[in-house]
Amino acid sequence: MRPELIKEITYVPYSGNMAAAEAMRQINPDVVAAYPITPQTELMQFFADFVANGLVDTEYIPVESEHSAMSACVGAAASGARAMTATAGPGLAYMWEVLGIASGMRLPIVMTVVNRALSAPINIHGDQSDAMGARDQGWIMLFSENAEEQYDNLIQAFKIAEDERTRLPVMVGMDGFVISHSIERVRLLPDKAVEEFIGETKVMYPLLDVENPVTHGPVAMTDSYMEFKRQQREAMMEAYKVIREVGQQFEEAFGKKYEHIETYKIDDADYVLIIIGSTAGTAKFVIDKLREEKGIKVGLIKIRTYRPFPYYDVMDALESSNCKAVGVFDRAETFGAVGGPLYSDVATAMHLRGKLYPIVSFIYGLGGRDTNVHHIEEAIDKVMQKAAGKEVPLINYLNLKE
Amino acid sequence: MMGKSWKEMPIGAVIPEPGSSEKYNTGEWRAWRPVFEAQKCVNCMLCWVFCPDSCILVKEEKMVGIDYEHCKGCGICAHECPTKALEMKPEYLFREED
Repeated sequence: MRPELIKEITYVPYSGNMAAAEAMRQINPDVVAAYPITPQTELMQFFADFVANGLVDTEYIPVESEHSAMSACVGAAASGARAMTATAGPGLAYMWEVLGIASGMRLPIVMTVVNRALSAPINIHGDQSDAMGARDQGWIMLFSENAEEQYDNLIQAFKIAEDERTRLPVMVGMDGFVISHSIERVRLLPDKAVEEFIGETKVMYPLLDVENPVTHGPVAMTDSYMEFKRQQREAMMEAYKVIREVGQQFEEAFGKKYEHIETYKIDDADYVLIIIGSTAGTAKFVIDKLREEKGIKVGLIKIRTYRPFPYYDVMDALESSNCKAVGVFDRAETFGAVGGPLYSDVATAMHLRGKLYPIVSFIYGLGGRDTNVHHIEEAIDKVMQKAAGKEVPLINYLNLKE
Repeated sequence: MMGKSWKEMPIGAVIPEPGSSEKYNTGEWRAWRPVFEAQKCVNCMLCWVFCPDSCILVKEEKMVGIDYEHCKGCGICAHECPTKALEMKPEYLFREED
């Protein structure tokens, strides 16, 4: 039996990768298959240490590519095992084909994506182009602002994935280096409490059940393929409820609230920023600063659940504020379309509610480009100009050498 | 599976029933049909050996015909037949009623 390491709530100085590895140790998955890629390498190295030191019961498969890593997870999950992996940037791109197989076969796999830029030019630093490129592959997508959220989200992920209403894989993203390699304070939960929270694996149609033989991954032609895709849409709609329920259970068990979005000083805000990931943290600092120094009322909506997209939550938050204009921050490009992927989703949300706020689109942080306090102040200035009816470019790049 | 609503189908395209491939009428895929002429057949069983879908029907050690429910019309049987007892003919000749 593996030893119990953490017996009470403990605060530690951890990087995002350390926090994610610690969550994996406490989850104690049956199978982990992974291939190293910066900035995820360190995460898997920490986890490999746990395996070598007998701290987990996991069958660890060092494979020769990300395509194989996800394929091994698919096989393991179909057999009834709890399977996990982690990757980043080009690794996720190489996994792309099998991502759709995992979701199409409705296998509850959980994966950390340490968000990294895609090539070319080659770049190892953080942005969210990788996850946004995999957006339509049918995975539930959660994003973390900091190391502790990555830890908490991973612990919630299996409960979301394995629920009978969802049965979908979950990817949990954190920004490369800024979160994965930065040390911050992380609250660790006791091993036993995590084990109890996640519970036993709920298997459906396991291949290893020889008494009830089943076929996984058959062909589905013109007469049935579309019906299976329709089922996946339904599962995503259900996931919207399940993610919220699991967030509430997490709050009841551990006293920390998780919803689809997090709002910050939104109630009296005249201007609202919408951000995914670590930059939301910087924005909170800027919001406090502007309120204190200049009395400018800015609020924030941080997107935690990106798929299924929380249209209603975003609109409810906007309507609860005094919003005059919105700044949408995308850490990924969509060449040839207006704004980034988040811009499109926010615009859709407004259309669904029939309430169109002026939007300014910001592209920031590509390939790890620094986005500091000044850049966010610059962005807020543009949102204020837009609210005042002045002409503002449709797409604005932050910290770009013009 | 045919005709069922998406609400009734097992998720993930899982087939929960073993040995069900027989129910899949793959004969519908056929564009060319092997036609059997018994007089020319010497019952060498080469077609039976080569058929990838076990569609050669045999009774009392004699070749008696083709399982058209499952034959996809690949033509291997006709290619291997040493006496030309099997001949590939276009499927539309037999499906005028469609």
